[in-house]
Amino acid sequence: MIHKYKLNGYNIVLDVNSGAVHIVDDLTYEILDYLDENMTKSLPDILADKLSDKYNIDDIKAIYEELYNLFEMGQLFSSDDYEQFSDMMVKAPVKAMCLNIAHDCNLRCEYCFASKGGYGGHRMLMPFEVGKKAIDFLIEHSGTRHNLELDFFGGEPLMNFDVVKQVVEYARSIEKQHNKNFRFTITTNGLLLTDDKIEFINKEMSNVVLSLDGRKNINDKLRLTLNNKGSYDAIIPKYQKLVASRGDKDYYVRGTFTKHNLDFTKDVLHMRELGFTQLSIEPVVSDPMLDFSIKQEDLPRVFEEYERLANTIIECKKNKNNFNFFHFMIDLEQGPCAIKRLRGCGCGNEYIAVTPEGDIYPCHQFVGNENYKMGNLNDGTFNTDMKEMFAKSNVYTKSDCRNCWAKFYCSGGCNANNFQYEGDILKSHKTSCELEKKRLECAIMIKAAMADFNADTNNNSVCDREDCFAECK
Amino acid sequence: MTQTKHIKTLNNANLKESAVKGGCGECQASCQSACKTSCTVANQKCEK
Repeated sequence: MIHKYKLNGYNIVLDVNSGAVHIVDDLTYEILDYLDENMTKSLPDILADKLSDKYNIDDIKAIYEELYNLFEMGQLFSSDDYEQFSDMMVKAPVKAMCLNIAHDCNLRCEYCFASKGGYGGHRMLMPFEVGKKAIDFLIEHSGTRHNLELDFFGGEPLMNFDVVKQVVEYARSIEKQHNKNFRFTITTNGLLLTDDKIEFINKEMSNVVLSLDGRKNINDKLRLTLNNKGSYDAIIPKYQKLVASRGDKDYYVRGTFTKHNLDFTKDVLHMRELGFTQLSIEPVVSDPMLDFSIKQEDLPRVFEEYERLANTIIECKKNKNNFNFFHFMIDLEQGPCAIKRLRGCGCGNEYIAVTPEGDIYPCHQFVGNENYKMGNLNDGTFNTDMKEMFAKSNVYTKSDCRNCWAKFYCSGGCNANNFQYEGDILKSHKTSCELEKKRLECAIMIKAAMADFNADTNNNSVCDREDCFAECK
Repeated sequence: MTQTKHIKTLNNANLKESAVKGGCGECQASCQSACKTSCTVANQKCEK
């Protein structure tokens, strides 16, 4: 399977099963319309029949030869040999946990998936005893996995920061004896950040996600405090302080865009102007009835904006004003192995969420849905049948994914979104799919543009590394 | 990157190779939902 598209003056061809990306001229692009997995060494009659009136036959033959070489090298119309690996992770241990340390929040963001912090239940902070059991559970169920991830999430985790510290301290005290390496992350709205919290976070958290929707008027429209005020002014200096003292550790300033700011390139650039370089802004996923929802009819406008953002990023890179936009980061050379790519997050299988009461769910998005409760840390229950059901969710068991060109990049998308909006974890959420495909097309186009720029200027000094967290000088 | 007269190939495709040696499971979980720094697995790193 190939996916070919034109964007920003480039004719781009992705060979889906090998991951090869080719930039081709116009005639080659047209010739590919007549070819498929059954290429033969000799020129197919159809090419001469269809194209020799319009084009020189010698050019057609030369191009076909180049394409056939790629075919022979496994870089064009390569076969999909990966289904044999689809059950490989079914018995995988649990290696990642979302610890909902606070089912409460000091913001009331209009679009919050977690019912503004309470997850539809009563507001509650996690007691340390539950956090301790969560660490024990993760160690016990992680088999031989060395690297374990634990994300402090909420609600707002800083509302229960003493327990965050206690949980980190407890995990650190026992990780070596179990041959584990904990990687902690935290997602915060920033309101309660103080110097000592910043110091602790920068010491212990391998990644920190700082919520901000961009421009002040955009952020303050939906990210409201309990007394209905905007949060922008309170959080920006704190984020800047945290990032300034973070060194080269990962962080993301992360926002949500809605129908209200379909010109979100301006929000990304605003984040950059504030001094941040690791940026992420994602489309709201919400009930289409809500006024801020992004609906199918908004997609052409969103696509246009993604293209604008991609072109902006190219210009910034050329001018060495480098920043990373999370959704355009793609590693065409290495990246994760094909086996990882068959399933995305591993929710319900390798990844679980734990509530303040100790309830276990497949992920934070399923929290509160009793049908998807997998167990509880206090009574020791853990539904392995449900684990197996989630483990078998992959790009081959999702019918929309099996023949999709983007399947090895999105890996089947978000099971929770599928369930919430399509009623089935195996049924793809169409709007999310279309957005994801557009982002991938833009990400690959940026690679093509930067390859061109570096070739034209003989300038390999423009940093195009996706893992580079240093600002290029 | 390799280039012929009509085609420029941006990368050394290695997805098939990666399947042979892959599946160790040590890599980062990659939340696909919109509420975390979520996203594609394509930008993630292999731990090997």
